[in-house]
Amino acid sequence: MSDTATITDARLSFVRDRPFDPLPPPLVHSGAIGWLLQNLFSSFTNILLTVSCVAMVVWLLPPLIEFLIFDAVWDGSSRADCIVTPQRPAVGACWAFVIERLGFFTYGFYPIEERWRVDVFFVLLAFGIGWMTWLDAPRRGLGMIYFFAVMPVLSFFLLVGLPAIGLQAVSTAQWGGVLVTIVVSAVGIVVSLPLGVLLALGRRSKMPVVRMSSVIFIEVVRGVPLITVLFMASVMLPLFVPESLTPDKLLRALVGVALFAAAYMAEVVRAGLQAIPRGQYEAAMAVGLSYWQAMRLIVLPQALKVTLPNIVNTFIGLFKDTTLVFIVGIFDFLKTIEAARGDVNWATPVTSVTGYAFAAMFYFVFCYAMSRYARYVEHRLRAGDRR
Amino acid sequence: MDENAPGRTRFKPASLNTAVAVDLSGVHKWYGDFHVLRDINLRVTKGERIVICGPSGSGKSTMIRCINRLEAHQQGRIVVDGVELTDDVKKIDEVRRDVGMVFQHFNLFPHLTVLENLTLAPIWVRKMPKAEADEIAVHYLRRVKIPEQAGKYPGQLSGGQQQRVAIARALCMSPKIMLFDEPTSSLDPEMVKEVLDTMVELANDGMTMLVVTHEMGFARQVANRVVFMDEGQIVEMNAPQEFFANPQHERTKLFLSQILN
Repeated sequence: MSDTATITDARLSFVRDRPFDPLPPPLVHSGAIGWLLQNLFSSFTNILLTVSCVAMVVWLLPPLIEFLIFDAVWDGSSRADCIVTPQRPAVGACWAFVIERLGFFTYGFYPIEERWRVDVFFVLLAFGIGWMTWLDAPRRGLGMIYFFAVMPVLSFFLLVGLPAIGLQAVSTAQWGGVLVTIVVSAVGIVVSLPLGVLLALGRRSKMPVVRMSSVIFIEVVRGVPLITVLFMASVMLPLFVPESLTPDKLLRALVGVALFAAAYMAEVVRAGLQAIPRGQYEAAMAVGLSYWQAMRLIVLPQALKVTLPNIVNTFIGLFKDTTLVFIVGIFDFLKTIEAARGDVNWATPVTSVTGYAFAAMFYFVFCYAMSRYARYVEHRLRAGDRR
Repeated sequence: MDENAPGRTRFKPASLNTAVAVDLSGVHKWYGDFHVLRDINLRVTKGERIVICGPSGSGKSTMIRCINRLEAHQQGRIVVDGVELTDDVKKIDEVRRDVGMVFQHFNLFPHLTVLENLTLAPIWVRKMPKAEADEIAVHYLRRVKIPEQAGKYPGQLSGGQQQRVAIARALCMSPKIMLFDEPTSSLDPEMVKEVLDTMVELANDGMTMLVVTHEMGFARQVANRVVFMDEGQIVEMNAPQEFFANPQHERTKLFLSQILN
């Protein structure tokens, strides 16, 4: 026994007989200071980025807030209220202008005594969107019928007019502002998704005629700018079709925007379809589902989920692209601002800036809402099957 | 005695065709220039269990995938339960309703719960009321011994459990014939047994089964006939005892020596 001990001592002479000195405590990783150290000041690059971002905010934010809120003019009835005077050395945004022309921005040239019809339309639409987007809503099947059948028909007669029941006819040439922007994008969104799905399936079809027509449609429409499509619809169509048969100008623009968006949507959906393994389709076939059942119940739910961020991306792009309809003489929201800012009664240095700021906020609110909703749906779908 | 029966059925007169579950005669298939199936002749009687083995690329999966028309053959006849498979979609749907299939990679529907996976086809294809479909689904889940997983999603189950769900999914359509395409090949070793046990039970209930597998123990235990394929042809076909003890062809001997050692 003692032998072993001596051998061990001799051979393992490097064994320490004193404990190591304690290591320094770890850096703080908890609490506010820990968070700051870890996330904002963890390295030289990070410190540089943090400092420059803070500098940007300090540089930009105060003047912006000052312009939009503190120096802004909220009440007034003409340019006199929004120009620099000795009593008012700094003038910010001229919200008085926006407030006074809000009706024009919302309804365009829609007859003032009939504007309530547009308001009812907004309520019908908001109700439908609420029903569709609230995933736990009761009777969603009924909601679908309302959104895709009842509401469009009601809205059509409400907005266009039905003299038989006392709703005076309003020409679409009088429509404008938010009304047109909402109508064009809602129709674009609602038409482009199903049409895009059909085109995407068509492009993957085994039937040559279906496949070729889908490919040609998608490639031709994607190959030309939206402005060209709109010009074709509004300028060239009337040249070939007798005037009595020429459809309404707004309708032509609607069709142009919807078809344009559908071509993009088709490629987005196709990307999603590509991501679904072949085995899913085979399994669906093997249990006896038909092609359409397999697509509707198995492949599309998975494909659309994969590609949801891209779908919403396309919707957001479409929403902003609706501003291009002004080019064929339709008064969308942005165009009404364009028209109003030239008003002599409101000619001030800040009128245009105010109008554009208002437009930016309007588009941002809608696009950001779509983006957030998509995030929420994604999150929910992921929670659904990857727990 | 029983093992000899299949051999005899090949020469049965046509009037007894009602007992034939699957009949392939002179089947050829090409992928482009590649000749995958060469003159396949195989007659399976009702209640018979066939195990198909062979090296990879020998066409065994392709052959059973032809039986429910996941692949189309280009020459010869395939008759399944009295229905000849052609381009006719109605015929194909008719066959698929009565033929269950289990895949190597399970192919469960990941966006549906286990129960929904099982009830989908009965509800949409057989037009069964949901309550009845649920009842049948629970019955088969119990049979594959995982009734407690009904509410889970496939991604939450182990490979063996997923494959048993896949078997239950096929059974919910009360198929007359079951096709298994390497059902245990993508499973961890310890899960192979639970799936094979399920399949043995199914065989004991008299299900007509065509199984592509390399599980030779399973072949010995339940098969009526073992089919050996190579390069798109059926090289040898025999009762399991004969097949393992006394292989006729050099290719079979080589294959068996590799797979059994």
